[in-house]
Amino acid sequence: MEALISIAIGLLTACGVFLMLRARTFPLILGLTLLSYAVNLFLFASGRLRMDAPPLIRDGASYTDPLPQALVLTAIVIGFGMTAYLVMLALRALAESGDDSVDAREKT
Amino acid sequence: MHTESSLTAIILLALCASPLPLLLQHHGRGYAALAAALVMSACLVLLAPLVPAVMDGTTLLANTGWLPDWGLMLSFRLDGLGLMFSLLILGIGLLVTLYAYYYLDVHDRLGRFYTLLLLFMASMLGVVLSENLLLLVVFWELTSLASFLLISYKRDSYESRLSGRIALAVTGGGGLALFAGILLLGHIAGSYELSVVLATGEQIRAHALYAPMLILVLLGVFTKSAQFPFHFWLPQAMAAPTPVSAYLHSATMVKAGVFLLARLYPALAGSELWFWLVSGTGAITLVYAAYLAFYRYDFKGLLAYSTISHLGLITLLFGLDTPLSVVAAVFHIINHAIFKASLFMAAGIVDHECGTRDMRRVNGLFKFMPITATLAIVAAGSMAGVPLLNGFLSKEMFFAETVGHPVFDEMSWLLPTFATLAGILAVAYSSRFIHDVFFNGDPVNLPRKPHEPPRWMRAPVEVLVAMCLLVGIFPQWSIAPILHAAAGAVLQQPLPEFHLAVWHGFNAPFMMSLVALAGGIALYAIRHRLYALYDRLPSIHASIVFERGYEKMVVAARSLAAWMDNGSLQRYLALFIAFVLALGGWAWWTASAAALPVVTQPADAAAIVAVLMLALAASVVVARHRQRLTAIVFTSVIGLIVALIFVRFSAPDLALTQLAVEVVTIVLLLLALYYLPPTSPAEDGMPRITRDALLAVAAGTGLGAVTYAMLTSPFDTISGFYLAQSLPGGGGSNVVNVILVDFRGFDTLGEITVLAMVGLAAHALLDQLVLKAPLRDGDGRTWVSERHPLFLQMLMRPLLPLALMVSVYIFLRGHNLPGGGFVAGLVTGVALILQYLASGIGFASARLPQRLPLFLAAGLACAGGIGAASWAFGFPFLTTTHGHIALPLIGDIELASAMIFDLGVYLVVVSVVLMVLAELGKLSVHSEEKI
Repeated sequence: MEALISIAIGLLTACGVFLMLRARTFPLILGLTLLSYAVNLFLFASGRLRMDAPPLIRDGASYTDPLPQALVLTAIVIGFGMTAYLVMLALRALAESGDDSVDAREKT
Repeated sequence: MHTESSLTAIILLALCASPLPLLLQHHGRGYAALAAALVMSACLVLLAPLVPAVMDGTTLLANTGWLPDWGLMLSFRLDGLGLMFSLLILGIGLLVTLYAYYYLDVHDRLGRFYTLLLLFMASMLGVVLSENLLLLVVFWELTSLASFLLISYKRDSYESRLSGRIALAVTGGGGLALFAGILLLGHIAGSYELSVVLATGEQIRAHALYAPMLILVLLGVFTKSAQFPFHFWLPQAMAAPTPVSAYLHSATMVKAGVFLLARLYPALAGSELWFWLVSGTGAITLVYAAYLAFYRYDFKGLLAYSTISHLGLITLLFGLDTPLSVVAAVFHIINHAIFKASLFMAAGIVDHECGTRDMRRVNGLFKFMPITATLAIVAAGSMAGVPLLNGFLSKEMFFAETVGHPVFDEMSWLLPTFATLAGILAVAYSSRFIHDVFFNGDPVNLPRKPHEPPRWMRAPVEVLVAMCLLVGIFPQWSIAPILHAAAGAVLQQPLPEFHLAVWHGFNAPFMMSLVALAGGIALYAIRHRLYALYDRLPSIHASIVFERGYEKMVVAARSLAAWMDNGSLQRYLALFIAFVLALGGWAWWTASAAALPVVTQPADAAAIVAVLMLALAASVVVARHRQRLTAIVFTSVIGLIVALIFVRFSAPDLALTQLAVEVVTIVLLLLALYYLPPTSPAEDGMPRITRDALLAVAAGTGLGAVTYAMLTSPFDTISGFYLAQSLPGGGGSNVVNVILVDFRGFDTLGEITVLAMVGLAAHALLDQLVLKAPLRDGDGRTWVSERHPLFLQMLMRPLLPLALMVSVYIFLRGHNLPGGGFVAGLVTGVALILQYLASGIGFASARLPQRLPLFLAAGLACAGGIGAASWAFGFPFLTTTHGHIALPLIGDIELASAMIFDLGVYLVVVSVVLMVLAELGKLSVHSEEKI
C-alpha cells in the first residue's frame, strides 16, 4: 500500500512539473493543481496510512494522526485560493498582452 | 569626564559632526573649513585628558553592547598604538584642512570636501580605536567607502571616477577577505575582543585554520597598504586632489593596513608563514616600487611609488619579526607620515603654482619659490634617509635589523644587500625629485608663472618639516615617549633595549647609509642612460591589466545574467526545479538509511484500481493538455480519486473539503476557459519537451522515493496532546476541526486572511477588465442560443435551500463530526454558484448581497474578534471556552466559543468564492455589452 501511494504521489508530481513547464497559462494552472494534489497527499501521508481510525473521539477507538490532516485541510483551501488567483492573473495577462503565453509581454 | 565615555564620544562626535561643513557651506567656504577644523580640535581636546594614562602603559577600554549576541560590541580601546595613530590622524588632518582651504578652487564651496574628509577621519579613528574586531571591520569598510568618494572628488572627470573605482574595488575586495579572516580569527580565539585575541597568540598559531585565516587577513592588509601585486590602485589614486593624497597616502588610508599588522602582531606573528609572507611581500614591494618611482616623470607619481616603497619597508620590518624590527616599523610609520605629508603638500603647491606635474617641464623652481623649495628639499632628504632628519633614524634601525637576522645564517649578506639596494633607489628618486623640480635649468613652457604660495598654504608644510628636523636631531627628547608607548602596545611585552641617537659610530648600518647615499647620487648621475634603457623595456601597467580584467568580468557577468535572466518564467522555473532536485539529491545520497524498516501493508485490489485510474487520468491530462476541456474533466477525475484516498485512510474532513473544492475549482476553470484561447498551439520543440520530461521524471521519482522512505521509517508524532485534549480542552470530538479553530487557531486566522486577499485581488485584477469573448468554441461550433436552459434553472432553484441546509448542518456538526467552517463555506459557495450557472449572472447577482467585501470583513472580524475577546477575560489571544446548552426538542448540544471563530472561517470562504466568481461573471457582462 505504501509503495502504491508513493507511486501515485510521484506520478502526480511528474505530471504536475511537466505541465508547469509549458509555455501557456492554462497547462500551468493544471500542472499546479496536480502538484498540489501530490503535495497534499505527501503531507497527509506523513501521518501514515491508517484505515478505519478517523480522528473523531469515541470510546475505545484508536486514531490516526490528526495534525497532518489539519495542515492538509487548510492547504486544500489555500490551494483553491491560489488556483483562483492564478486564473484571474491569467485572464488579466490575456487582456494586457492579447496572448495566453506565460512570458507574455505588455502590448506596446 | 569619565574616560570610557570620552573615548566613545570621540568617535561619535567625529561621525555625527561630519555633515557640519555641508550644512555651513552656504555661509561661505571659510565656515566649512572652520567647522572641520573645530571638529578635529574637539576630538583632540577629548583625547588630551586620556594621554597621560596611556603614556604610562595603561590600555583604556570602553564597552557598549551593539549586537552582543553576534559578538559585535561597540567597544573601543586606547593604547599607545591607538594614541599614536589618533594623533597622526587628527594632527595631519588639521594641517590638511588648512592646506585644502587654499589648495582647492575658490569656486568650490568645500562643504562636500570637508564632510567627506571628516567622515574619512572618523572611520580611520574608528579603525585605530576599535577594541572589537568586527567593529574594526565595519570602520575599515567605511574608510574604503569614504576614500572612494574622496579620490573621485572631481566627479566630472572620468579619470577621477576610474581611480576611485579601482581603489574601491581593490581595497573593498581586500576588505571582504579581511572580514572573512577576522571571522575565522574570532572563531579561533573564541572572542572578537582584542584584549582576548591578543592574549591567545599561542593558541591561534597552533590552530588548524591559522594559515587560511592569516592569508585572508593579510589580503586585507596588503590591498589597503598597496603592497605588490595590489599596489596599482595607489598611483592611480593620484587623480585625487592633492590634500586628499597628502592625507590618505601619508598618515591614514594606506597606513590602515600596516596598522592592522601592528595591531594583530601579538596574535598572528611568530610563525614561519608570517615571516615569509609578510617580509617577502614587503621586500618585493620595497624595491620594485622604489625602482618604478625613479622612472616617473610626474612628481606626484614619484611620491606615490615612493609611498608604496616605504609601506613595503614597514611591512618588511613587521615581517622580520624581531622586537627591534617592530620598534623600527612603528618609528617609520610616524616618520613616513610626517615627511610624506609635507612632500605631498609641497608637491601640491608646485602643481598649483605651475599648472603641471611633469618634471620634464617643471625645472629650476628654486629661483621662483625659495622657501617652498627649501622645505621640500628637507622633506625629500628625510625620505632619502639623510642624517639629521627623521627618515634617517628609522632607516638606520632598518639597516641594523637586516644585518645578522637570525633566519638567514648561511645567506646573511642577502638581506643587507637588498636593503642597501632599496636605500640606493630611495636616494636616487629623492635626488631626482629635488634636482629636477627645483634646479636643472629653467622651467619649460609652463602655463603660468610660478611664485610662492599664500602664507598660510605653506604653514602646514613648515610645521611638518620642523617636526622632521626636531625628530631627526633630538629624537630622545621629542619622539621617544610616544614611540615607547606605541611599540610597547604592539609587542604587548617589555620593549627591548634601544637608544635613539643621531650618531651610533662607524657601524654596519652607517656604512650602508653611506653606500646608499653615494650609490643613489651616482645612479641619478647616469639617469639619462637609464631612462633610455627603461623606455626600451616593455611596460606593464597593472592598472590597465586590472581595468581589462574588470571589463571582462563585467561582460561575463552581463552575459551570465542575460543567460539566467532572459525574461522567461519557464526558464526560471526549470532552473529552480533543477536546483531543488540537486539539493534534494545531495541530501538523499548523504543521508544515512533508517534503522529499522517498518512492515508495510499489503495493497488490495480496490487501491490498485484507484491508483491505475489516477495514473490513466494523469496521463490523459498531460497528453491532452492542449484539448483543454478534456484536460479539465480528467483533472477532476484525479481530484475525486484523491478524495477517495482521503476517505480510505481515515480523513473524512479532508475528503469533504477536497470534494467541495474540486467542484468550485472546476467551475472556475470552466469560466476562465470561456475567455482563454480554446487550444494551446504546439510550440515546444523536442529538446524542450525532453528537458522538461527529464526534470518532471526526476522530480516525480524524487518525491515518490522520499514518500516511500518516509512511509517505511518509524513513526513518531506530537499529536498525542491534541487527541488527549480535544474533548476536555477544546470541547469537540472532531480533533481536526478542534485543531483548526482552537489549538492552532492563530494559523487558521492567518490562512483565512490569505484567502481574503485572494478575494480582494479578484476585484483588483478583474474590475473593469474587458476581454473579447469568442463567438465559437474550440471546434468552431457556435454557442447554444438558449444561454440558460430552463430545465437546469428549474432543477437548481429548489436545490438551493436544500444545499444551504446541508451546509448549516455540516457547519454545526463540525466540532464533533466531519465538517466545519471550511467545508460548509465551500458547500454554500457551490450552491450559490450553481444558481449563477443555471440562471445567469444577472439573475443571481440581483438576489445576492452586492457588498461582498463587507461579509469578508465580517468574517475576519468574527474570527479575530472572538480571539481578542479572550483578552477581556484575562486570557491570551484566541483562548476558547465551551459549555452545554439544552434546547427544546433538539436536546443537549455543546457550544464552544470556537464556533464563532468557525463562523468567521465560513463567512470568509463563502465571500471569497462568491467574489471571485462574481468578478468573473461581471467580466462576461462587460464583454457582452462590448460586443
